[in-house]
Amino acid sequence: MELPEMKYPLSREQLLDLYYFMRLTRELDEQLVRLFRQNKVVGGLYSSIGQEATSVGTAYTLEKRDWMAPMIRNVGGLLVKGFRPRDILMQYMARSGSPTGGKDGTSHFGDLQERHVVSPISMLGDLIPVMTGVAMGGRYLGQKLVTMTWIGDGGTSTGAFHEGMNLAAAQRAPFVCVVENNQWAYSTPVARQVPLHDLAERARAYGIASYVVDGNDVVAVYQTTKEAVERARRGEGPALVESKTMRMKGHAQHDAAVYVPPEMFEYWKARDPIARYETWLTERKVWDKKTKAEIERRIERELKEELEFAENSPLPEPEVAERGVYCEGCHTIEARWERPIEQLQPPKASVQAAWTVSDFGGTNGGGAAAKAHAPEAAEETKPAAVAAKAAAVSTRGANGGTKRSARAAARPKRRR
Amino acid sequence: MAPVTMIEAIREALDEEMQRDPAVVLIGEDIGVYGGAFKATEGLLAKYGWERVIDTPISETAIIGAAVGMSYQGLRPVAEMQFMDFIACCFNQMVNFVAKSHYRWGGPVPMVVRGPCGGGVHGGPFHSQNPEMWFVHTPGLKVVCPSTAYDAKGLLKSAIRDNNPVLCLEHKFLYRRVKEELPAEDYTVPIGKLAVRRTGRDLTIATYGAMTLHTLEAAEELAMEGIEAEVLDLRTLAPLDREGILESVRRTHKLLVVHEDVKTGGVAGEIAATVNEQAFEELDGPVLRVTSLDAPVPFSPPLEEHFLPQVADVTRAARELARY
Ligand SMILES: Cc1ncc(C[n+]2csc(CCOP(=O)(O)OP(=O)(O)O)c2C)c(N)n1
Ligand SMILES: [Mg+2]
Repeated sequence: MELPEMKYPLSREQLLDLYYFMRLTRELDEQLVRLFRQNKVVGGLYSSIGQEATSVGTAYTLEKRDWMAPMIRNVGGLLVKGFRPRDILMQYMARSGSPTGGKDGTSHFGDLQERHVVSPISMLGDLIPVMTGVAMGGRYLGQKLVTMTWIGDGGTSTGAFHEGMNLAAAQRAPFVCVVENNQWAYSTPVARQVPLHDLAERARAYGIASYVVDGNDVVAVYQTTKEAVERARRGEGPALVESKTMRMKGHAQHDAAVYVPPEMFEYWKARDPIARYETWLTERKVWDKKTKAEIERRIERELKEELEFAENSPLPEPEVAERGVYCEGCHTIEARWERPIEQLQPPKASVQAAWTVSDFGGTNGGGAAAKAHAPEAAEETKPAAVAAKAAAVSTRGANGGTKRSARAAARPKRRR
Repeated sequence: MAPVTMIEAIREALDEEMQRDPAVVLIGEDIGVYGGAFKATEGLLAKYGWERVIDTPISETAIIGAAVGMSYQGLRPVAEMQFMDFIACCFNQMVNFVAKSHYRWGGPVPMVVRGPCGGGVHGGPFHSQNPEMWFVHTPGLKVVCPSTAYDAKGLLKSAIRDNNPVLCLEHKFLYRRVKEELPAEDYTVPIGKLAVRRTGRDLTIATYGAMTLHTLEAAEELAMEGIEAEVLDLRTLAPLDREGILESVRRTHKLLVVHEDVKTGGVAGEIAATVNEQAFEELDGPVLRVTSLDAPVPFSPPLEEHFLPQVADVTRAARELARY
């Protein structure tokens, strides 16, 4: 076995670990679909098929002391951070044994003490300022930690995303935001969300670091994200990592995704992150057929046990609905100090309360417009183009013109 | 001890809590170098440094979000809204993230959101609102609204030490109008307990915030007419001291609720329903309300005066109730 040179080396065990988690994520996903068809899932079911490399590869960069907050398609991240398939199964089946005891579903759960996972809420964007705060808090306590969360291409359009990124930038918080650009936000294509080829470009407006990575290449995802994470850990500020991938199913089980050109699915199917990684591992002789089969058997066995456990968990007692609105002594709030607290008390903490202003803000002359920047509208956001594309999708495959525009949508767009 | 104003009492509470516990940090707009729009945090940056008094961009959602995040680290952040009206900008964080965190997944949020609310200072529609009921209606939040310097300090200290998110609504009309001597030693005022400001046998008037002043003035006038009103200062709206209200009503058999919030959906309706359900037999008359109009808070002085409850409105309603 000869591993390629990597800036952030991964051992054979780690490489196989990445495979294990990606494969486990997909098998769990498919198990959940079976449960959904058996009517055992309560509510909607969201798939992360096709995005396993993004979720696993990014979360795998985190250390035990680091914090993360998953979004709906980050089951992989939850598994990497130490939750078990049973937790996710019971969440989806609304069982009493689930991490929220049936009070919430899906990936809406966390663990402050051990795994350092913050539960998301449904409202997109709100985790960005929250994880910025976790990062600020950790830094304040003297912990050398990094926090991470994910946001979809659609979620980057929210005000909360902007406020959070901007605060993280202003505070130089040790925070990494992964933009999971899976090309679609429910039924809306990314071009209708924002007229940029690379969403990572938004980082420039915040004055922070950014990266674009092939989100279906787990090793690349890991290397790129690790760079961002370690940079943040060194105190060099937050980063935005755009991982380009594809949502291979509808928004949720109920959605057949007929609005996605079939050619686009084909394009991405040929780039399936798990199949690609299998080839990668084989070509580099990291594993052989036997190892692969062992991992598969292990996953199969584990999932069987996990499912059994989950299915045996009863539905919650109705009275649980009344409990826990307030913390009435059930939690002890304790900060984990890793620095001397005297530094934070007067007289040591005391400062001169005045701003240092070195830039007085003028243009130093330069005529009418000292700087100008007026980009032309990108082709796909011109109203006519959008209308034509919508028509093309609705009559998909009916004529040559339609095919062309579907292909155009599938082709990675070039920046002019 | 010299008497201190409410705003000074608030600053003392912050200062003493920061001194007591390094987990207490402040976050908000213009709270550091400038000391806050109303100077509640004046001098605290110089004393505690940049890490504990954090000036932010104008981003209410990020302020609350960051405070939640810090509280997950075991810190006890106190976030300032420059004016309470702006809490609408972070409504989602408040009602969906903050309020539901403990219930949904056991993530306690020991944070405080404080700032000036209320009218009577010609602030217009966006600097005068009373947003308490948006949050009283949201299980998981606690809401306090002091009317005295003593309570402002004691309730803020309780709020900081509470393991739950607490919203401290400080009425800006009172910031520099009420003054009193405060104990030299550390004290707190319990959240969820009303205070009887005046005893009386003829009727109960429940109120809170700046309206406590108006109501006490009205009670003096009523006393001269031989009507003895018991005045309850609710102090906390969530959780509401229902037992305290019922106890008084069982003695006076009549209840008037006065608040500066608008009528529809104001806490008076909730109190009336509670008394109806639990003490109907005790009542000798209808539960009456004196509130602001169901309108935005208008700017021009005669409009605002017409909009807000006045002392005369309270005495008129009390006389009407006393006749039953
Ligand atoms: C603020 C907000 N508005 C609307 C929704 C409803 N909603 C849930 S998921 C979704 C699409 C999200 O797209 P994206 O952010 O790209 O994430 P993806 O589903 O592709 O992973 C929408 C509109 C929401 N959850 N939050
Ligand atoms: Mg998307």
